[in-house]
Amino acid sequence: MYSLRFDSDICRTCPSGACLVKCQYMDVDKETAKEEMVKISQGKDSFVLEQCVTCYACEEYCKRGNHPFYLITEKREEKGILTSPRAITKQWINIGHPQGKYIIGGIKPRILSFGFMPEFLKMVKGRLFEDIMPSFIFGQEFFCNVVYLHFANTSIIKERLPMVMENFKRLGVEEVVCMHDECYGSFAHLAPAYGIEVPFKPIHYFEYLYKRLKELRTEIRPLKIKVAYQRPCSSRLSSDKHHFVRDIMELIGVDLIEREYQDENALCCGGIFAMCYGYDLAHDVQTRNINDMVAHGAEYCVFNCPACQSTLGEKVAKRDIKPIHMIDLCKMAIGEQP
Amino acid sequence: MADVGKLLTDIVGKDYVSSEPEELYFYSRDPGLMPPHKPDYVVMPDTAEQIQEIVRLANREKIPVVPMGAGLALTGLVIPLKGGIVVDMKRMNRILYVNEIGRYALVEGGTPQGLLKSYLEKNYPRLRHSIPDAPPTATIAANVLIHGQGRLTQQYGFNSDMVAGLEVVTGTGELCKIGSCALSGDWFSKGAPMPDLSGLFLGWFGATGIITKVAVKLYPRKSLRDVEIFVTDNEDLVPEMVYEITHTEMAEDILIFTQPLPMMFKDNHHVSFYITGDTDEELEFKRKIIWHCLDRFIKSKDGGFMGVPPVMKPVLLESPQRSASRLADVKKGGGFEYSGPIIMVDKYPDCARKVKSLAEKYDLAYSGMGRVIDAGHCMMFAFAFAFNRADEDMMARTRKALEEVSDFVLKIGGLYWKPTVDEQRMALEKMDSNTRRLMKMIKNNLDPNGIMNPGNWEPGTRGWN
Repeated sequence: MYSLRFDSDICRTCPSGACLVKCQYMDVDKETAKEEMVKISQGKDSFVLEQCVTCYACEEYCKRGNHPFYLITEKREEKGILTSPRAITKQWINIGHPQGKYIIGGIKPRILSFGFMPEFLKMVKGRLFEDIMPSFIFGQEFFCNVVYLHFANTSIIKERLPMVMENFKRLGVEEVVCMHDECYGSFAHLAPAYGIEVPFKPIHYFEYLYKRLKELRTEIRPLKIKVAYQRPCSSRLSSDKHHFVRDIMELIGVDLIEREYQDENALCCGGIFAMCYGYDLAHDVQTRNINDMVAHGAEYCVFNCPACQSTLGEKVAKRDIKPIHMIDLCKMAIGEQP
Repeated sequence: MADVGKLLTDIVGKDYVSSEPEELYFYSRDPGLMPPHKPDYVVMPDTAEQIQEIVRLANREKIPVVPMGAGLALTGLVIPLKGGIVVDMKRMNRILYVNEIGRYALVEGGTPQGLLKSYLEKNYPRLRHSIPDAPPTATIAANVLIHGQGRLTQQYGFNSDMVAGLEVVTGTGELCKIGSCALSGDWFSKGAPMPDLSGLFLGWFGATGIITKVAVKLYPRKSLRDVEIFVTDNEDLVPEMVYEITHTEMAEDILIFTQPLPMMFKDNHHVSFYITGDTDEELEFKRKIIWHCLDRFIKSKDGGFMGVPPVMKPVLLESPQRSASRLADVKKGGGFEYSGPIIMVDKYPDCARKVKSLAEKYDLAYSGMGRVIDAGHCMMFAFAFAFNRADEDMMARTRKALEEVSDFVLKIGGLYWKPTVDEQRMALEKMDSNTRRLMKMIKNNLDPNGIMNPGNWEPGTRGWN
C-alpha cells in the first residue's frame, strides 16, 4: 500500500504555522496551527479535521514541503470524517470510474491529457496546438483522480492512480501536457508524495502555452484588456507553475488586475463548497470574489479550470464580466477565434 | 345490415374514412406492450356535429366507438378491443380562444400539447399551460381524460384539475356543456360552484363520451427558469425532502429519479426541482430558500446538491423533456413501457426498491421516476423498463415485471394511472362495492348500449360483479 511521506518534526519546528494561519476559512494562530498539525500527524482528534473546507491552499502555504493537506485528508479518511454528503461522494467516485470509453488520438512522444473533460477537445485547435495535436488522450482510464481529496478519500486515489500510470506506460509516451492543474499536481507532486512511480515527464499546460506563444511572438497582438484570474483549488498542488499566469498575461498584453483575492489569497469558485456545505459558504465566497473583480474593473474573468468556469461563468457574466478560458484568451492574442 | 362505411363517408367525407388494412394495422396498436386488435373503420371528423352523427350511427348499429388523440398512453387505452370505429380527433385541432386576463384557453378535442405551447409562446408569452413530458403530438383532451400530469402539477394538481370546462358528445350522441360554459359565455370553471359533472367523463378513457372542446387553465410563465438537483443515497429520506421543498411553496415542478445509468446516477436518488422568476433576484431568492430548507440533510451528510453539468441543464430544462426517449432505446429496438401508479409520497422508498429488484429479477434496464402532485398530496411513480422489440423474451420479461407492479401497487395502497384493462378489473375488484355500483350506474346511463370504448370500465366484465 502506498503511504504518505510526512514528517511531524517539520511541523514542530515550523517558524510560521503558515498552513493554518493563512487559511481563509479557519481562524488559527501560529502556536495552535503547529499544535494541531502535530496532533493530526499523531492520529489525535483536531477541530481542523472537522472544519477544513478542502480548498487545498495549505499545500501551497507550507513552504517546507510537508503536505499538510494530504495529511488532513488521510486522517479524515482514517477517522471516517465525511467532508461531503455520502451521495455526492458516491456520485463522484462513479463519475471517475473507468468505463472503457476512453479516446486516444494519434500518439506522439508528447501528448495532451484531457482527463475526462470533453471541453478541451473543442479548445485545443489552431496554431497553439498544431505541433502536438492530434496527440491526445481522454477518458477515465487516464484520469488523475485527485478530485477525491475533496471527499477525504485517498484510498480511491491510491487504488486507481497506479492503474492510470500503467495505462500511460502502455502508451509509451515521454511527456504528458496536463490540461488541468489536478492532473499536473497529481503526476508532479501527489504521486511522488505517495511513492507512486510516474513513467513520463508531466508538463503543465500553462508552461506549454507560454513556450508556444513565445514561438508565435510575432503574431501576438496585445489584447489591452483588464482581466481577473480565477485561480482553481488544484493550482495549489502545483504552485510552482502559478507564475505562468502572470508570464502569459504579460506576453499577450493583458492587464492582470491587482485585486484582493488573487495568488495566495485566491478564493475558491465555490463549486465544491456548494456540494459539500450548502448555500451560505458558496454564496458568500462567490459574492466576495465577484465583487472584488468588479471593484477592480475586470473586463474579463480568465479561467484555468473548466469546472470553475462552469460554476462561476454565468455569475460573472451577469456582472458584465466576460468569462473566458485561458486557452481561448491565448487564441485571441494570436488573432484566432476562441 | 347497413353499409357502415358508406354512412361514415356520408358524415365525414371519403377522404376521412378508411377500412384499408394498412391503416387499420396502425390503428390496431399503441407503442406499448398490449396486444393489437384491429378496428373495422377509422374516421377523422372535423366537427362536434359529425361526432354526434357517428355516435348515433354506432348506437343504431351497436358498433363500438373508440375516441383517440395521439394514441400515446402506452397501456392500450385506444386499442379497439372489440373492433368498431376509431374516431381519430387529429383534425379537430383548433385553438378557439384565449382569455389572457382570465388565464384560460379553449381548444378543440384533438389539439396537440405542442400546438398550444407554441401558440402561447408566440402570442401570450406570459402564459403557459401544464405541458406533460409526452411527445408534443399528445392531445390536451386525451391527457385530461387520463388524469395526466405536467410541468405545473406540483403546484396545481393533476392536469385534469386544471380543466376549466368541457364540451362532450355523450354515449348517446347528445352534445353537452360541462361547467361554467353551460350557462355563461366564459369557461372559467369545470363545476364549482355548481355540481361538478366533469367527473362523468374525466378518467373514463372515452367510455362515457367524447370531448369535443376543452378549456384549460393557464398560469404565469416567468422569463427565467432553472433546475437544481438534491442527491441522496437513502431513499427513506426522500419523502421528508419532498415535504421540506413543498413547504417552501417556491418550487415549480419536482421530479425524483433513480436509475443505474449513466454511471453518475448509480445508487443515488435525485430530487430535481425547478424554480422560476422574472428577475435574477426572484430566482436567487427562491433558490436560497429551497437550499436552506434542506440544510439538515447536508449537515447530517445524508444529501447534497450536485453541480448540474452545463450539458445536462438544457436537457433538464426542456419542456417537454425528451430524455425518456433515450431510455426507450437503451436496449436498442425502441421498446419502452412503464407503469405509473399514483401513490402517497411516503411510498417512494418502497417503489424505488421495487423497481430495482424487478429489474434485477427480470434482467431489465430500468428507471424509476416520481413526479410530485399538488404540493405533495401524492405522486406518480413510473416503473419504467426498456426493451428490444425484436427480442420476444425480453418483452415477455418486461410484461412479467409490469404484472408484478400491478399487484404491488394495490398492496401499498396506490391507484393505477391510465390502467390497462386488467388493472381496471383489479381496481374494480378491490373497490368499495357502493362506489363500484355508482360507477356502473353512471356508465350504463351515459352509454346504455355499451358502445363507448368497450373493454374499458365496462360493466359485465369481471370485477363489476
